[in-house]
Amino acid sequence: MGDILKLVLKRLGLGAITLLVVSILIFFAVELLPGDIAQAVLGQGATPETVAALREKLGLDQPAVFRYVHWLGGALTGDFGVSLVSGERVSAAISGRFVNTLFLATYAAVIAVPVSIVLGVIVALLRNTLFDRVANVLTLTSISSPEFFLGYILILYLAVKTNYFPAIASLSADMSFGDLLHRTFLPALTLVLVVTAHMMRMTRAAIINLLASPYIEMARLKGVPPWKVIVKHALPNAWAPIINVVALNLAYLITGVVLVEVVFVYPGVGQLLVDAVAKRDFPIVQACCLIFAATFILLNLAADVGAILTNPRLRHPK
Amino acid sequence: MVPRKDVLLRVSDLRIEGYSDEKWVEIVHGVDLTLHKGEVLGLIGESGAGKSTIGLAAMGFARDGCRISGGSIEFDGMELTTTPESDLRALRGSRIAYVAQSAAASFNPAHRIIDQHTEAPIQYRIQKRVEAQEDAMQLYERLRLPNPGEIGFRYPHQVSGGQLQRAMTAMAMACRPDLIIFDEPTTALDVTTQIEVLAAIRDIVDQFNTAAIYITHDLAVVAQMADTIKVLLKGEEVEEAPTEQMLDSPKEDYTKSLWAVRSFQRPQKQRPSEPDTLPIVSVQGIDAAYGKTKVLDDVSFDIYPGMTVAVVGESGSGKSTTARCITGLLPPTKGQILFKGEPLPPRYQDRSKDQLRQAQMIYQMADTALNPKIRISEIIGRPAQFYGGLRGAKLKNRVDELLDLIELEPSKFYNRYPPELSGGQKQRVGIARALAADPSFIICDEVTSALDQLVAEGILKLLDRLQQEFNLAYMFITHDLATVRSIADEVVVMQRGKVVEQGPKDEMFTPPHHPYTDLLLSSVPEMDPNWLTTLLEERGTDAIGEAADV
Repeated sequence: MGDILKLVLKRLGLGAITLLVVSILIFFAVELLPGDIAQAVLGQGATPETVAALREKLGLDQPAVFRYVHWLGGALTGDFGVSLVSGERVSAAISGRFVNTLFLATYAAVIAVPVSIVLGVIVALLRNTLFDRVANVLTLTSISSPEFFLGYILILYLAVKTNYFPAIASLSADMSFGDLLHRTFLPALTLVLVVTAHMMRMTRAAIINLLASPYIEMARLKGVPPWKVIVKHALPNAWAPIINVVALNLAYLITGVVLVEVVFVYPGVGQLLVDAVAKRDFPIVQACCLIFAATFILLNLAADVGAILTNPRLRHPK
Repeated sequence: MVPRKDVLLRVSDLRIEGYSDEKWVEIVHGVDLTLHKGEVLGLIGESGAGKSTIGLAAMGFARDGCRISGGSIEFDGMELTTTPESDLRALRGSRIAYVAQSAAASFNPAHRIIDQHTEAPIQYRIQKRVEAQEDAMQLYERLRLPNPGEIGFRYPHQVSGGQLQRAMTAMAMACRPDLIIFDEPTTALDVTTQIEVLAAIRDIVDQFNTAAIYITHDLAVVAQMADTIKVLLKGEEVEEAPTEQMLDSPKEDYTKSLWAVRSFQRPQKQRPSEPDTLPIVSVQGIDAAYGKTKVLDDVSFDIYPGMTVAVVGESGSGKSTTARCITGLLPPTKGQILFKGEPLPPRYQDRSKDQLRQAQMIYQMADTALNPKIRISEIIGRPAQFYGGLRGAKLKNRVDELLDLIELEPSKFYNRYPPELSGGQKQRVGIARALAADPSFIICDEVTSALDQLVAEGILKLLDRLQQEFNLAYMFITHDLATVRSIADEVVVMQRGKVVEQGPKDEMFTPPHHPYTDLLLSSVPEMDPNWLTTLLEERGTDAIGEAADV
C-alpha cells in the first residue's frame, strides 16, 4: 500500500503544478478581455477622475504580474477577493452556489453511473441483438441532442403537459429533502440523459474488448454461463477504462451544467458564471474557473487511483 | 498398447469452417477420430493443421468465427453437434475439460487461482466451497506444486509459468472429467520446467484413468504422452498409428519429413588461427540491472567474424538482456563492449551511424517486429536509405537484390504488407531488414522459436547461407538446444545472469558438463517413448521438482 500512497502523493503534486499553470492561463486570459473594468463598473457617465480612483482602489494600476501574485496568494487562503458588482466576498457568493451544483451533479451521478454500467454490461451480453441496437440508438440520440433541447422536451412532457414535476428548479431554505429531489428531478434527468451514452458505450467496449482473451475462452470452456462470463470474468478486468470515462463524465456534470442550470433557472455555479461574464465581474469568473479546473484534476486523479486499485497486479504485488 | 475399452469419443467426418474475407471457408476437411476410455491420443501437426480447432470441437465448441459445418461428434453416446448449447455447457468443465497453451494468459488475472479452480465444482454442485478447496489442495499436492495448502490463494501473476500450468491441469481435474483436451500445454515453457509439467500431467491422467487428447507440434513430447498419434496437415489426417509404430516406421512422406527436421547440421567452424585476429564483438565483464534488480553479473564472451555463437539458457537467464547491452538499449553498469577492438559507447544515442549500422537485430516475433501498415519494400528500403544513402532506382535495385537474397520473389513481394505474409516469410523480411544495413554482426533473438519446425529449418539454412556469403557473425539467442546443435560454432550457457560455461560446440555437447548444462541437455525431449520414464528414474522425482522450481 505504501507504493500506492507514494503514487497518490506524486499525482497530487503534479495536479498542483497543473493547477498553477491553469491559474496563470485563467488570470491572463481574463486580462486579455477587451475593455476597462473600472469603466464597465461605473458606466458611461463616469468622469476620468472617478475611473482613475476606482482603478486605484481595485489595484488595477498595478502591473499584471503583481496582481496575479496577489490574487494567487489570496486564492491559496480561500480569499478570492470581492465581487465588483455586488461588493460581496467572492467566496461567500460562490460557496452556496457550488454546494447546489455539487448536489445536482451528485443527484445525476447517482442515477447515471449505475444505470450506464448495468446497461453497458447488458448490451455487452446481448451484443448485436435488437436490444443492443435500440439501446445504442436511444443513447446516441440523447447524447447528440443539445442539453437545452432535451431540457425543454422534458419540461414539455413531464411538466407542462402532465404536471408530474415542476418546470423551474428554484430552491428555498425550508424545503424537505423529498421536495428537493422532486423539484430538481428534471435538470438531473437531463444530465443523466446526456452522460449515460458515453459511459454505457465505454463499458460495452471495454468488456467486448476482453472477450477474445484466453481467460474468457477458458471460462467458457469450464461451462460458465454467459452472464457470469461477463460479470465475473470480464468486468473485473475492464474497470480501468470504465473508471476513466466515469470520472470524465462526473467532471462534466460539475463543469458543464451551465445550459441546464439556465434552462431550469437552477441557482448553481454555472448560472453565476454566466452572469459574472456578462457583468465583467472578473474575480468571480476567475474563482469559478479555478474551481472547475481543480474539480477536473481531482476527478482524474481519483480515476487513476481507482484504475490502480482495481488492477490485481498492483494490489497484490509478488 | 491400450487394451480395447469402451469408446468415449467418436468423431467422424468432422468438417469445420472458418469465416474469412466475408465467406465461410472449410478449414477441417472430414477428420475421423476414436478415443477409448483412459486412452491418450496425440494430435500433431504444424500451425494451421487444425489441431486446436479439432480439440475444441471435441467439446462441442467452436471459436468465434468458426463453425462446425458437418460430421458427427459422439461423446459417450451423446451427439454433440445437435445438442443445445445449454446442455453442452453442462458437459464442459464437468465431463470434458480443457488445458490451454498459456496458463499465464488463461488464468483470469482478477481472481485467486483456487477460486477459479473451485468455480466449476461449485457451479455443478459437486462440492461445497470448502470441500472443493480441500480437494484442490490435494490435487496441487499430487501435481507436486510447492506449498499446496497455500499456493492456490495467490493470484496468477504471483506464481511461475510452470507452476501455473500444473495448477491449470489441477483445475481441469477438479470435476474428475472423462476427457481432457491438452492444447500445447508445455510449448511456452523452458525445457527443464517442461519435464516437470509433462511428468505431472502423465501421472495424474494415469491415476484417474482420464482419457486425453494431447495437442502439440513437438514430436518428442507427444512420444512421451500418447498411446496413439495422429498426424494432421492442413485440416486433414495424414496418418494414425500407435506411438511406437509411428516413431519406428512412419508411412507417409509428410510424417517422415517431420521426423527428419532435426537432422540439419552445418559443419562447425573454428576460431581464426592467426593470433592477431580481433573478435568482432567482445563482451568484457558486464553487469546490468533493471532498476535495483541486478540481471547480469560479470558476463564475458567473444564473437569472431563469420562465426555463430549460441547463447542458451532458460527464460530470465539474461540472454536478451545481454543483447540489449550490446545494442546499447540498456547501458551496462560495469564492464565494456569492444567492437573490432574499439570500445563502444554504452548508450546507442552516443554511437556513430557506422557503429549502429554494423550491428543489427532480428527478433523473435516477426509479427510484432514489422509494422503491419508499411509495405515490404519500405521496411527493407529504409535501413538501406538511412545507412547507405541510396535513393530512387538504386534503392529499388538494392531492395530487389535483398528480396532475392531471402528467396522472396521481388515482383511478388515488393508492394505487399506484412499481414499478407506467412510466419516464415515475415521472418525472412526481418532478416532482409537486418541485411539492408550491410552489417558485420547480427543478433538473432529466438528467431525460429515461433515457427514450425520445417519453416524454422528453412530460416536456419538461409541464415547459414548468408553467413557464408557475407562472412557475418551471429549471436544466436535461443533456448532450443536442437537449434544450437544445428548451427552453432560456439556456445555460451547462461543461468541467472551469469555465464556458467562456454566453449566450442563439440566440447559443450560432450561430457563432462557443468551441472546446469547437463540439466539443460538432458531435459531436451527425445523421440524415444521411454525417454521421460527413464530420465525420471535416473533423476529421482525429488530432484526433478527442485530442478524446475529453482
